[in-house]
Amino acid sequence: MIEAWEYQVVAGLLFMIGTLGVLVRRNVIVIVMCIELMLNAANLSLIAFSRQWGNHDGQIFVFMVIVVAAVEVAVGLAIILRLVSNRDTVNIEDTSLLKW
Amino acid sequence: MEVGAYVPVALFLFAVIALVFAPLMTWVERKQSALMQDRIGANRADILGIKAIGLLHPIADAIKMITKEDTVPDGGDRLLHTLAPIIATVPAMISFAVIPYGGSYQAWGAEWDLVVADLDYGVLYIFAVASLATYGNVLAGWASNNNWGMLGGIRVAAQMISYEVAMGVSAVGVFMIFGTLRLTDMGFAQQETFRLLGFVEHLGWVGAGTWWVELIKIPMWGIFLQPLAFFLFLTALMAENKRAPFDIPEGESEIIAGYFIEYSGMKFGLFYMGEWVEVVVISGLMTAMFLGGWSIPYLPDDVLVEFLRHGVGLNMANVLAMIAHVATFFLKVIVLIWFQQLIRWSVPRFRYDQVMNLGWKILLPLSLANIVITGLGILIIGEIMN
Amino acid sequence: MTEQVIFYVSAFVALISAAGVVLNVRNTLYAALCLVITMLSLAVLFILLNAEFIGVLQVMVYAGAIVVLFLFVIMLLNIRGGDMGADRQPVLKVIGTLLIVGASVKLVPLLSESRRAWPEVGPEFGTVRAIGGTLYTDYLLAFEIAGVLLLAGIVGAVVMGKQRID
Repeated sequence: MIEAWEYQVVAGLLFMIGTLGVLVRRNVIVIVMCIELMLNAANLSLIAFSRQWGNHDGQIFVFMVIVVAAVEVAVGLAIILRLVSNRDTVNIEDTSLLKW
Repeated sequence: MEVGAYVPVALFLFAVIALVFAPLMTWVERKQSALMQDRIGANRADILGIKAIGLLHPIADAIKMITKEDTVPDGGDRLLHTLAPIIATVPAMISFAVIPYGGSYQAWGAEWDLVVADLDYGVLYIFAVASLATYGNVLAGWASNNNWGMLGGIRVAAQMISYEVAMGVSAVGVFMIFGTLRLTDMGFAQQETFRLLGFVEHLGWVGAGTWWVELIKIPMWGIFLQPLAFFLFLTALMAENKRAPFDIPEGESEIIAGYFIEYSGMKFGLFYMGEWVEVVVISGLMTAMFLGGWSIPYLPDDVLVEFLRHGVGLNMANVLAMIAHVATFFLKVIVLIWFQQLIRWSVPRFRYDQVMNLGWKILLPLSLANIVITGLGILIIGEIMN
Repeated sequence: MTEQVIFYVSAFVALISAAGVVLNVRNTLYAALCLVITMLSLAVLFILLNAEFIGVLQVMVYAGAIVVLFLFVIMLLNIRGGDMGADRQPVLKVIGTLLIVGASVKLVPLLSESRRAWPEVGPEFGTVRAIGGTLYTDYLLAFEIAGVLLLAGIVGAVVMGKQRID
């Protein structure tokens, strides 16, 4: 029988991989993908807790997270398209106009 | 996720649909287009002089495709180029799993369910699986290292995402009416009939049992309860299938062949195979949701079995009913396939902007309106009934 | 037994392909494909946890729409390479990697401490009907706000993506 903690470990590692991607990759598209990974790790954790407590609240949260993720990707990719058409790069290091 | 005791029967029929119906579609397509364009159509392939009205052409096509040289373009991605046709075809085939082509039968002490996987979220499964087929086409365009292929791939991605929205929303009305996403439950619900003029009686205008109220009975098929949804859903599904008139991803007069421009041999064949299987899936899904599934109109399953058992006994009655239902189901499927071919060969290809406008500005608002009207209808009918 | 096998296989695939998203430096498209595989194996885990509806939603929305959008943008921008330009801050990257690895090493034993038995759940758990029932009663306001958020997202994406004619 698989137990809750095993799912939590998988979710935790997945989240760490996502964080690592956001930290080390410089491609904007990949960074958005890694944010998706982190959201998915949270989803897995929530679903596991939902199963652990035997109620549906966790699954509702995941539903909301999926909605937010869809919106985030739609707007985020639109921003990336603008970025490329204005500055001709997907490297996040080149978008440092607001940096001191 | 209950699977019937006699899964082999279901699986066998499943294999028959996938492996026989799809090649047969090549013949249907050729013959129908020939008929509509006043030609004779495929009739030359023969084995020992037997021509069988062109029915041997699928075999000839298969031999030709398998023996053709398989090329991967220079600078293309060999792995993705090989994977893409598989990804495009497999989802279409596994979609069959949730489509019921018969009810539930008791014979020789066992239950025979004529569906491979009777899932609680049946229709959603088809939507989910169908959306995965997009990858095959998009990756084919990418892996070909060809600008036309790339354009085709981009067009596929845009068209699929646009029409998935309309497809999902237009089906909601049906879910509201039947209160389920399980296709077998929809099939059982559609065996009932309703009185078209029943509201007259419920409003108290005439007494119960007036003969002309009882006279007009209509089967509770999705197409009668949700006529608008039927056409919206069929349009969205046909656009998802990206055959003419929605074949802008491959539009040969604009971008030569789109995403499969660099494909040859059986890899090329797999894309077509996928499309044809999808035509059958669409017909099966539409039948299950809108045309009463396996049921014979005005003849519920139990009445049929009860009628047959007087002559041949319970076991054989169930078997006969099963055969009758499967035949009914496939008859309806064939009618829908014919209808799709009729559209495919009648309407010219849309322009790219027309496809997008149709999806976002016509299908989606109409589907949303359909949901509102259906909700109001359910409320009002509920009020009248009480 | 079957459950264990499915769990370990899909958890392994999910983690490996997630690592693939990060490690695929040369080809952004492959990173997107790794992301799809992660999504699909997570959907398997969801269904294993009796969350069937959410699992199918995961495939439909994440694999079927969100990652297709990624592919669409990657193809539209025709990014054949990976990170453009030279690697500028290698030291910071090494520090980041070390921090993450260290945190993971601390995290795993922490998470595995909390052991708790599963309760038995009925066949209704996680079905479309049950989720819908909760969603349209207890979480109605959140659901409505999610709808408004989607509308705002559509408007935002249209405004952002519009080519200005000037």
